[in-house]
Amino acid sequence: MSGTLKRVIRIFFTYSIKIISLLLAVSIISFVLVSASPVDPVQQYILGLGTAVSPEQRAEIEDYWGVNEPPIERYFSWLSELLKGNLGESAIYRRPVADIIGERFVNSLALMLCAWILSAIIGFSLGCIMGMYKDKLPDRILKKICYILSSVPTFWLGLVFLLIFAVGFRWFPIGFSSPIGVLSKDVTIWQKLHHLILPAFTLSLMSFANIALHTRQKLVDVLNSEYVLFAKARGEGRWTILCRHGLRNILLPALTLQFASFAELFGGSVMAENVFSYPGLGSAVAAAGLNSDVPLLLGVTLFSALFVCVGNMIANLLYGIIDPQIREVGE
Amino acid sequence: MIQKKETLLEIHDLSVSFRMYDHGLEQTDLKVISDLHLTVYPGEIVAIAGSSGSGKSLLASAILGILPGNATVYGHISYKGQQLSAERQRQLRGTKIALVPQSVAYLDPLLKVGQQADGHKKPYPTEKRRSLFKRFGLPDKTEQLYPYQLSGGMARRVLVSTALITDSELIIADEPTPGMSLNQALEALKMFREMANEGKAVILITHDIDLAFEFADRVAVFYAGTTVETAPASDFKKGPNALRHPYSKALWRALPQNGFHSIEGFQPYAGNLPKGCLFAPRCPYKTSKCEEGIPPVTEVRGGEVRCYHVT
Repeated sequence: MSGTLKRVIRIFFTYSIKIISLLLAVSIISFVLVSASPVDPVQQYILGLGTAVSPEQRAEIEDYWGVNEPPIERYFSWLSELLKGNLGESAIYRRPVADIIGERFVNSLALMLCAWILSAIIGFSLGCIMGMYKDKLPDRILKKICYILSSVPTFWLGLVFLLIFAVGFRWFPIGFSSPIGVLSKDVTIWQKLHHLILPAFTLSLMSFANIALHTRQKLVDVLNSEYVLFAKARGEGRWTILCRHGLRNILLPALTLQFASFAELFGGSVMAENVFSYPGLGSAVAAAGLNSDVPLLLGVTLFSALFVCVGNMIANLLYGIIDPQIREVGE
Repeated sequence: MIQKKETLLEIHDLSVSFRMYDHGLEQTDLKVISDLHLTVYPGEIVAIAGSSGSGKSLLASAILGILPGNATVYGHISYKGQQLSAERQRQLRGTKIALVPQSVAYLDPLLKVGQQADGHKKPYPTEKRRSLFKRFGLPDKTEQLYPYQLSGGMARRVLVSTALITDSELIIADEPTPGMSLNQALEALKMFREMANEGKAVILITHDIDLAFEFADRVAVFYAGTTVETAPASDFKKGPNALRHPYSKALWRALPQNGFHSIEGFQPYAGNLPKGCLFAPRCPYKTSKCEEGIPPVTEVRGGEVRCYHVT
């Protein structure tokens, strides 16, 4: 077991180095893209001030911000501030970017976590059912549903759900993360959950079809394997085979898929949060993009890259713990 | 050695064909086993000897009822005198009929060998398995290993153990010995013999003809998905004159110690079978009769043979 721990620590360190170099690359690319874009941060800042600014004052701001310095110098001064933990100040919210990300991420995390767990449970179980009943009626029906769901855009589905469940049946609120007109300290966890259900469900719909179809295919492969044939020859029934061999052998690919879906999840949350006016990171990034809030945009870009990388790293760490073959190679 | 008593397993005119999509949506039936005939008595080891691709392994699947969904089975299989229905196959496999599969690919890659040899039935026969492993010279830690950590020989011994752990009356061993050392192979075969002496039976599927001659009581010669001859193993030691079918004789002559003489042509493959006797295209005694229909099973000198020109 101590061998496993040592290996996990080693993987963790090599991954951390990879993540840091990747983040560096992301920071360079996004900085170059923003510099090349027609967005003028000074103009946005002045607009945000809400007062008229004379050309002299404008020149002063430009000078203060170093707008006229060469891009490389600007990049390094931004990077050195970044390393000190200063992500800058958001032009639209007038608050430090780090605070906004922290606050919004908690909301998004609740949403994404619920959606993630929901899609894992629904996707995996549906995949197992489809695999077990391959080409039979349950499989044919579920497969069609999965195909439809994976081809329907999330935002459209979100709107349909809003119309049906929030506007039509009035079961769920139509937006936000807490009731309107209630002080944030008075909001109960149940009210928060109530607001979370519809966006989380919509978000999970985006990925569970994918997971179900992958799980189905993997289970079909496993059930066609020679070791399952031998299990049948030894008198194992279909459910024994599923529990003894099936789940064991499809768990690993399912986990990979699940952690690799962090990227999609983040992308999907931008859609879902905008449709449901949910105050998470996704709606913040949309607002930052639309209002040319450069510091916030760069901050969220870096943060989302980190988020996706961590997802992949967790998948890799889990591999080493679960799969004996990979465990052995690592030793 | 043939005891004229109740048979353990009787197979009459067994054919297995696979429904395949040929070109586009055109379906064809691919006949892989045709009109096979085999009888197994309690207390004996019957070897099924034949070259690769003759359908030997599919025979094992057909007896156990684990053929893939696109396979169709015709003919009769009876176990202890009773028709072997799908329901009965389900009850018997793993309890009364056990399979020793061919390779390590038949072990679950993510399940420890010990657990796997024990099988799924509780209570687990852990003590019995440990003593079997010991007898096969498998080190104690083997039970903690995963299949990919086994050497080829270890894997075979584990696979043989999976069958010996059960209280099966019939063991179908599909190429059980390659990869084992001579001593281990002898040990495995010795165990099969002990089982046979207890009144059980073993079907030994092999392409190792020498092994079949040495250890089996009777040898069924397999050719293109059918048994052309079933004869006491002693006949194969005596030489071609004691044998009945021209293919068996050719097989005997093709062995290295008997001169390595090969005959013209190839074994026909499924989908490309001749109409009459499957060996006719290569047979020196072929007449027009042979090309018209498959010869019936006839008993000649204590053996069974499918040939019109039996000598």
